Amino acid sequence: MAQTLLALRDVVVRYGALGALQVPSLDVATDDMLAIIGPNGAGKSTLLRVMGLLQRPSAGTVLFRGGNGHDGDPVQIRRRIATVFQESLLLNATVYENAALGLKLRGVSKDEIDTRLRPWLDRLGIAHLGARSARTLSGGEAQRTSLARALVLEPELLLLDEPFAGLDPASREALQHDFQRIVKEMHVTTVLITHDRDEAFALAERVGVLKAGHLLQLGSREEVFLRPKTDSVAEIVGIENRLAGVVEGSDGDCSVIAINGARIYARGEFKTETRVVVCIRSEDVSLVSVSCETKNINRCNGKIFEVVSGRRHHRVSVDCGSFHLVAVLDRKRGAEQVLMEGDEATAVFSSAAVHVIGAEKGC
Amino acid sequence: MELIWQGVVKAVELVFGFDAEVWQITWLSLKISGCATLISLLIGIPLGIALALTRFPGRSLVAASINTGMGLPPVVVGLFVSIFFWRSGPLGFLELIYSPTAMVAAQVIIAFPIVAGLTMASFQSLNPNLSLQLLGIGASRAQLLWLLCKEARLPLLAAVMAGFGGVISEVGASMMVGGNIRGQTRVLTTATVLETGKGNFDIAIALSLILLALTFAINFFLTRIQQREQLRWPRLS
Repeated sequence: MAQTLLALRDVVVRYGALGALQVPSLDVATDDMLAIIGPNGAGKSTLLRVMGLLQRPSAGTVLFRGGNGHDGDPVQIRRRIATVFQESLLLNATVYENAALGLKLRGVSKDEIDTRLRPWLDRLGIAHLGARSARTLSGGEAQRTSLARALVLEPELLLLDEPFAGLDPASREALQHDFQRIVKEMHVTTVLITHDRDEAFALAERVGVLKAGHLLQLGSREEVFLRPKTDSVAEIVGIENRLAGVVEGSDGDCSVIAINGARIYARGEFKTETRVVVCIRSEDVSLVSVSCETKNINRCNGKIFEVVSGRRHHRVSVDCGSFHLVAVLDRKRGAEQVLMEGDEATAVFSSAAVHVIGAEKGC
Repeated sequence: MELIWQGVVKAVELVFGFDAEVWQITWLSLKISGCATLISLLIGIPLGIALALTRFPGRSLVAASINTGMGLPPVVVGLFVSIFFWRSGPLGFLELIYSPTAMVAAQVIIAFPIVAGLTMASFQSLNPNLSLQLLGIGASRAQLLWLLCKEARLPLLAAVMAGFGGVISEVGASMMVGGNIRGQTRVLTTATVLETGKGNFDIAIALSLILLALTFAINFFLTRIQQREQLRWPRLS
């Protein structure tokens, strides 16, 4: 069992009368790779500042290795944590001086700084920029410098506040890739704040969903992304098809859910007469012309009312009469089908792809 | 033109002829304004930083007073410092009226709001998240302040230049609290006023040129430090 590194207990942050954050309990274990996702203004950055002992909560405690982080000299504990923000926030100095700053603040000798820093500059691909002024760097280079400055400290806890958000897609993908490799190699306990679901899914093992200052769900990334507990979480993790319905009945391991008169089959037994929200990921919906009558497959006939073509996918919205469904089809497949707005189409998805929120299991 | 040319020739004669009185006046000007600038930095920089980085009741009032103080007329300062140091005034027992110390005091009152105001502006122009980032990689409060001062060094040097420029060139307060006593409180500006009044335009021009040269030399030195690390605009073809 991994040891708890950082724990938040009954943490409340208020700005005036406004409650910005309310977290009854949150634990970060050693070697954890936790992502906190949520919409803008959810309190993600406030949470990160509280975790990094950069902001004292209005109430509650922040425990670092069991001890109260705000007791005694917070600098000594802060020096075991490193924080990286969305902006690279470098000083008007060279890349090398910026990357060395954290070690210099800890009174590390010049020779030792050099020995420790060089490998990190190499790992992050900025060794050749050492003598360059930080003001002349591109966004990606600046953020690499900022990450080197934090990682060279070999912190017990690394806190990242949307570090890849301001970068162009190419720089972002390259840096995410390098970062993923480094974190896996170095086993750095990391908390990543992001509003990018793909980034959270790609980098984190555990995911927390924050909305309006409340932690709505915290669990493994599969649990949170595939089995959200509430409609809000489902929305935040990007489930586009969320339909309100009532459990009509169950038959063995399959239940029937009525949605505006239409019926959808869901895997599992749920209490009848319960109001539920049915979640179907748009990538699990396909459009076919062949009919296949089986209870494990849901078929919804309808009319395409919107086709949005992306670089990799087509996003097709189908009006099924009782409800709308969104299907995300990869371009190849979409191109074969030649989808047009106004065309008749049948949306097909397996009962196993239906996640039901709000009903207890069992009839 | 003739008059100005005579003044330039006289200035060269006075400076390179090592005229004792002119050198004494120049040295006293430098000493008084240098001292006043130094004291203004010691008061103004911490005050400016405090106003930029902290929030306390009445902060806006203090900040507005400092900004008003940046344009304080030297004559008004001279008047009030004179009243305070006057023999019958609240600080009369110090017997400082018509002394270089009184001149330093008046010049500090003129310069410190300039230094504090510009320091406040230079710290406020830093990214507010920079402090969080520096604390986030382990800076202590003292280290944070030092790093922010270093980061704001270019505008801070401008504050030093503005403070020094403000006092070396003022005449009203120096005249009123110093009295323009020959050999004791006569500085370049008050001497220039006196010589102009007497119709000795050549000497007045000479003194002004020395004042200009002195101010230029000091500002040139500070500007060199300031601009050494300034980024260049890209050359556009």
